[in-house]
Amino acid sequence: MRHLIALCCCLFGLLSFSVQAAESSQQDPFLTELAGAKFKDMVPILDQLAEIQGEAILPLFHTLLGGDLYYIKADKSLVGQFDEQGATVYKDVFNQTLVPNLSKRDVKKIRVNNTLRGYLRNAIAQIQLTAKSPKVRESAVRELLSKLDADTVALIESLYAKETNNKVKEAMGLALSMHTASSTELTLPNRLVAIERLSSSLEGDARNLLTTLTKDENPAIVKAATSALEKIAQRANRFAFIDQLFFGLSLGSVLLLASIGLAITFGVMGVINMAHGEMIMLGAYTTYVVQLMMPNYIDYSIWVAIPAAFLVSGLMGILIERLVIRHLHGRPLETLLATFGISLILQQLVRSIFSPLNRQVSTPSWMSGSWEINPVLSLTLNRLYILAFALLVFFALVIVLRKTSLGLNVRAVSQNRNMAKAMGVKTHWVDAMTFGLGSGIAGIAGVALSQLTNVGPNLGQAYIIDSFMVVVFGGVGNLLGTLVAAFSLGIATKFLEPTTGAVLAAIIVLVFIILFIQKRPKGLFPQKGRAAE
Amino acid sequence: MTRLTEWFSAGRSSGKHTLPFVVILLVVSLLASGANLLLPEDSALYVSTYTITLLGKYLCYAMLALAVDIIWGYCGILSLGHGAFFALGGYAMGMYLMRQIGDRGVYGDPLLPDFMVFLDWKELPWFWLGMDNFGFAMLMAVVVPGLLAFVFGWLAFRSRVTGVYLSIMTQALTYALLLAFFRNEMGFGGNNGLTDFKEILGFDLQADSTRVSLFMITAFLLAVLFVVSQRILSSRFGKVVLAIRDAEARSRFIGYRTDRYKVWLFVYSAVIAGIAGALYVPQVGIINPGEFSPINSIEMVIWVAVGGRGTLIGAVIGAILVNYAKTRFTAILPDAWLFALGAMFVLVTLYLPKGLMGLYAQMMAKRRPRILEESAVKESATKESEV
Repeated sequence: MRHLIALCCCLFGLLSFSVQAAESSQQDPFLTELAGAKFKDMVPILDQLAEIQGEAILPLFHTLLGGDLYYIKADKSLVGQFDEQGATVYKDVFNQTLVPNLSKRDVKKIRVNNTLRGYLRNAIAQIQLTAKSPKVRESAVRELLSKLDADTVALIESLYAKETNNKVKEAMGLALSMHTASSTELTLPNRLVAIERLSSSLEGDARNLLTTLTKDENPAIVKAATSALEKIAQRANRFAFIDQLFFGLSLGSVLLLASIGLAITFGVMGVINMAHGEMIMLGAYTTYVVQLMMPNYIDYSIWVAIPAAFLVSGLMGILIERLVIRHLHGRPLETLLATFGISLILQQLVRSIFSPLNRQVSTPSWMSGSWEINPVLSLTLNRLYILAFALLVFFALVIVLRKTSLGLNVRAVSQNRNMAKAMGVKTHWVDAMTFGLGSGIAGIAGVALSQLTNVGPNLGQAYIIDSFMVVVFGGVGNLLGTLVAAFSLGIATKFLEPTTGAVLAAIIVLVFIILFIQKRPKGLFPQKGRAAE
Repeated sequence: MTRLTEWFSAGRSSGKHTLPFVVILLVVSLLASGANLLLPEDSALYVSTYTITLLGKYLCYAMLALAVDIIWGYCGILSLGHGAFFALGGYAMGMYLMRQIGDRGVYGDPLLPDFMVFLDWKELPWFWLGMDNFGFAMLMAVVVPGLLAFVFGWLAFRSRVTGVYLSIMTQALTYALLLAFFRNEMGFGGNNGLTDFKEILGFDLQADSTRVSLFMITAFLLAVLFVVSQRILSSRFGKVVLAIRDAEARSRFIGYRTDRYKVWLFVYSAVIAGIAGALYVPQVGIINPGEFSPINSIEMVIWVAVGGRGTLIGAVIGAILVNYAKTRFTAILPDAWLFALGAMFVLVTLYLPKGLMGLYAQMMAKRRPRILEESAVKESATKESEV
């Protein structure tokens, strides 16, 4: 019968979303009993509630534990007190619906004392530890790590044998080891084994415990704890290194995306395009516009944005090539100036249309969050995806240049324009297509960058010098060199940063490249040829 | 008198502009100064102090354009980092002016400038020592840019970095300096730069007479540098420089150490930029890291391109015209300025490769066929360099 009532309650709770919150809580007689109950009467009531409702009662317990549970004097129904932008509001604790028109005078606090608090903590732990979802169980154990007492340890011990999920079991084992290691009444060998076991954990609480144990009276414990801490520090260092490496790779992937289009226009065609950064910016703004047009499908918008950005930037590139660059063939310095002018125009155009303020592009839900490998190492998902995306784009481009007829034509024209022309290659068409391809890829880079930084009119400018450095460093006309250069510069910058600070790291890398170019003017992987200069 | 004219217009045909230019420049600046100091404010011919300062600024830009033109127009080295030399000269002057403030700063520290007190520094960094001496500071204003240009040029030209590579590296150079000067720890005032100057050599910087004097000094120095540059470029040294521009490999094979010529020309150009910067700072009253930004350096190039590269007078005219346009545009249509500047870049490179001076020469040529032949010869020379 009781289960039936509980079921009804749950069902009703689900259905009555719009119904007055007070009404729904009134359905359970135990809830109203809480109002005005004496301390000694509360425990049995709470016991009953926990048994009937299981996980569903957790919000109430948490509110009660925080001392924010009130009841309305008129009908004895329960409400939680919340602080919302400085104002005190009352909400139903279960479904968070606002209970309107309540002032402080209408409600009375349900008081808790220390015994009750202890009881609540335990009850919450028990409910969570026996929850259905392993994730809830694991996080419950991890939360308990910092406040272990005899009761919780006993509870965990009883659950440990029955636990089927490996991760939860591991966490529980850790909790038990921590307890054993810290309890002085246990025998020394037991404690030492427990300390030894703790050395394989990276959890912050375990480390804190070990640090306190290094001040223990027993020298054997001190020694074991110190060596365990050293072991942990070594492992943590290794993971910190991996973390840094990841950030370096991430920066490298950004540089690669930004410079890969340039590697085609500058590297293969030999055209200096100072407006390359603006092609990236156009791609980023395309992402923004696509999201504006499909606000309800942000998760999918990126699949529309990538081809759209490719088209927008690619077409703009072809336009620029046809209108300006074509006429400046063989005059690199003039090309540089003209394309710089174009970049100014594009920046101002975007500023006039979208305002000079930065625009926020939202991240699709599947790209946000992070992949937590262990307590000291977690990799942000969007950086991970962008790293994979950069490599994907790179290899797609290599395939286009190596395996398609366009790629064949591009290589032919870049190696010997006149000969290619004589063989019937339409060099004008190839120029336009190559430039469009390079610009389009810059647009795709813009889509990726919009996930990492703010989208503003100056977005492109921030990357233009860096991308030129990457291309020059890697060796002009060499895509593989661009890949190596982008990642080595990214990693070098990130490894310099902790010691020198971000700005100085950027300066050091720039100066290094300047000096490197003096030594090897043709970059890391120079193209072989017989030209005198 | 004839000897004087000869001296001015020695060698090259474009030298014929030198004397008229110097005379016009000095006469106009004298008239403007007189109109400011001697005429009453309600007179129709009165020139406001604001205008004087503006003109002084233009003349500093003209000097800077001169520096860019010497290296780009005459030697084919497109430097996108001349803003760095300009700013370094400016910072040297700024440091001197900062020291002149003395204990009149907000914090009233007799030795340390305000921003150092703010950063809780206890003593002057070593590179600020001696900057309270005007002569030493001015020496630094030319030595520091010159030294930087020497080191950079020596490294770059010796390993035969040319063309676009060099341009991008000069841009990276000024970008690196921009980042460095933004840092507070550098000891140059960080983001805010150096400002709040009070006086120079004991003269109040806000006074009309000081402003006019600074303007006159700028005009005079511009004239001197113009003539000296003209002489240098029409000397034997200048001839080699032109040869390097038109056919570097050929000059090298003939036996000239082209890298040395390029380094010294680069240093000379950087020194001029440094002087321009030192004159610029007391007139505008501030120097901050923004002067290092790559876009500033590129703007200088467009001044020269508009005026006509390869003619010193073109550089000066271009700088004054473009900056006048900028002042007008930013006052009337602030948003349109970047459009106009961008369009200028594109149109000048596409349709006016020789700038306004080239246009002028073309118009003259229509009247006098003889000059046409000359310019045709020049054209073939430039074409060769482009191959």
